[in-house]
Amino acid sequence: MSPLQGCLLLSAALFSVGLVIALARSNAILVLLGIELMLNAANLNFIAFWRFHSGAAPATGVIFVLFAIAVAAAEAAVGLALVIALYRHQKNLRLQEATRLRG
Amino acid sequence: MQLSATHLWMIPALPLLAAAIGSLTPRGGRQLAAGTAIAAMLGAFVLSCGALVTALAQPAVHGYANFAWFTLGNEVVRVGWLLDPLTAFMAVMVTFVGALIFIFSLGYMKEDQNFTRFFCFLSLFAAAMLGLLVVNSLLLLFVCWELVGLASYLLIGFWFHKPAAAAAAKKAFLTTRIGDLGLLLGLLWLYHVRGTLLCYDGGAGVLEQGSLTALAGTTVAGGFALSTAIGLLIFCGAIGKSGQFPLHVWLPDAMEGPTPVSALIHAATMVAAGVFLVARVYPLMLADQALASVPVHALTVVAGIGAITALLGAAIAVAQNDIKRVLAFSTVSQLGYMMLALGVGSWVAAIFHLLMHAFFKALLFLGAGSVIHAAHHEQDVRRLGGLGRRMKATFATFAVGTMALAGVPFLFSGFWSKEAVLHAAHAWPVSSLPLLVGLVAVVLTAFYMTRLITGIFLGAPRTDAAADAHENSAVMTGPLLILAACAIGLGFIGTPAWPWLQSNLGGIVVELESIWEAPGLMLLSIGLVVTGLGAGWAVYGRRRNVNASSVDPLAQAAPGLFAVLAARLGFDEFYAATFGRANAWVAALADGFDRRVWGGLVSLLARFGEFSGLLNREADEDILNRGFDRASAAVRGAGQTYSRAQAGETHGYLRTVALAFVVFALVLLLGGVR
Repeated sequence: MSPLQGCLLLSAALFSVGLVIALARSNAILVLLGIELMLNAANLNFIAFWRFHSGAAPATGVIFVLFAIAVAAAEAAVGLALVIALYRHQKNLRLQEATRLRG
Repeated sequence: MQLSATHLWMIPALPLLAAAIGSLTPRGGRQLAAGTAIAAMLGAFVLSCGALVTALAQPAVHGYANFAWFTLGNEVVRVGWLLDPLTAFMAVMVTFVGALIFIFSLGYMKEDQNFTRFFCFLSLFAAAMLGLLVVNSLLLLFVCWELVGLASYLLIGFWFHKPAAAAAAKKAFLTTRIGDLGLLLGLLWLYHVRGTLLCYDGGAGVLEQGSLTALAGTTVAGGFALSTAIGLLIFCGAIGKSGQFPLHVWLPDAMEGPTPVSALIHAATMVAAGVFLVARVYPLMLADQALASVPVHALTVVAGIGAITALLGAAIAVAQNDIKRVLAFSTVSQLGYMMLALGVGSWVAAIFHLLMHAFFKALLFLGAGSVIHAAHHEQDVRRLGGLGRRMKATFATFAVGTMALAGVPFLFSGFWSKEAVLHAAHAWPVSSLPLLVGLVAVVLTAFYMTRLITGIFLGAPRTDAAADAHENSAVMTGPLLILAACAIGLGFIGTPAWPWLQSNLGGIVVELESIWEAPGLMLLSIGLVVTGLGAGWAVYGRRRNVNASSVDPLAQAAPGLFAVLAARLGFDEFYAATFGRANAWVAALADGFDRRVWGGLVSLLARFGEFSGLLNREADEDILNRGFDRASAAVRGAGQTYSRAQAGETHGYLRTVALAFVVFALVLLLGGVR
């Protein structure tokens, strides 16, 4: 098994774990966590393809990943703010109950 | 002090400025408004005297100053100022009499709420009248002419809350407008033919020899010379403004205005504008005299109209009971004298009579105003009487005015000016009718003035208002005394022994011998004056035990004639029955045409519009609306279906995303898309 295949398997595992967490958990924080896991699985793919593929331009994969991390940070900030607002509103974080757009 | 033609504009500018100030003064600023008006008038008087000095230095020369007013296409419209003895004498008279009447108004209008408005209008009138005198362009003259008409309208209708005053103002405006139409047509024609309306312009003016020869040499329809036609059209304006037959009907009604207005406008100055106009364009009126072929000379018409008016006015005045109406008809009659003098070829006599008449008629009107003011606005002669004892100054001055108007010999100005007119009529070669008419009017004048003065001042008071009357303040009697002095003294500037006015006015030296050509005529007219006064005294002077409802002795003697005269010969009724009814008929016709023809057409169009609107509505409702309704119902149904997917459950969305991801992954893996 080549290092690239290992990396891809790892990222697939990470993605699957993240997907399951996002779909199965009802806590909003854990759902966000799952989404982060999926994002990082994708990042791992970028790095792996960049590292182990011979024809890639210098630093392409790294630039993509840096962008993705920056976007993920912004998303996490917004997501956590939403989580706090949700908690203030309904005193828990159960996503099943957050169905209304009106407060 | 001298004032040249270049600076002549300052004379009308002063009162105009006063009018502007007066129009901006609030109601409370009585002293400011009256003060500026009187000061401006006195200033204009001083300037007019300066102009007179300048004019008399060269009486035969027309001094003028022309300038370009504006350019219209290629036409440069030029106007100017004109200074000759005619202008100067008139300006001095207007400003002097005007200033006295302004001062009199201080007292007469004292209680009026709209005191400032009154003085604003008076100043406007004075500005327009003075403007009319000083202009060298018939165009500007027409402008001022209309302004004078406007001021007259405003002042007659000054008490516009009285229906009679509003109606009189309207009547005066419309009646004079008929004459003004003729004047306008004449001026347009003149401009069309000559290309200028300047009176004097170094040989190119319309009143100068070149123009006159051309105008007299052209023949228009009916064998008239062009100068005759234009002259008569211009004379139409004078007929309207000077209250000549047949447009005299507005002048007696104009007495609805305040009495100072009657004195200033409808006796002394404005009505003289028509006489002035004819005197101004006299060269034009004279242009056809040398032609034997014309059917009638322009001046013959003037003389005829003047003679009719002189007789008519004097006859109607005999039977009037309102003080101001007697004086109004007397004005009509005296204006007829002036026109008669113009017509028989002596414009100098006409202007002499105009100037003298202005003073004594202003005096009479102000005297009447003094009486009316004292007697609590009672102006019916039958309801007065006995005022002479309590109003000595008014009585004395009124008597002077009466004697001047009647032409009592030697001492009074009216005598000399009337003699000048009668002598001119005597010398007229065409017909002796004007002289005859003039002599009859002399008797009538003396008679009705005696009737008036005995009715007001002698006998016993016939009502409480008359019994309660007392003399007015000095601000009112002062002008009366000054005017009375003028009515006596001024005649001497034009006596046959020293014809200073005549020689300066005409720029001709009058031969002393020519005066005594007809000594019999003077004796005859003196005899007629005495007859008239005596008859008046015999009929009215010795009446006893009369009261307000007593029948007039003349009415007892000749009830039919008296009633006809009292009804002013039925001119108003005649005009109402002819022109008034014709006008109403035309109006009804136009109304019917509007209603039936145009109205029908319009309602037809409306019907068509209504019908197409109906069609439109059907198309809208059945086709457009229903189609849209169906389409929007379908869209709404689809929206409802899809909105079920948007339940708001986060996990639902995540599941959908994951499912879609799996589907895409499977498609990629199984090589469906390559």
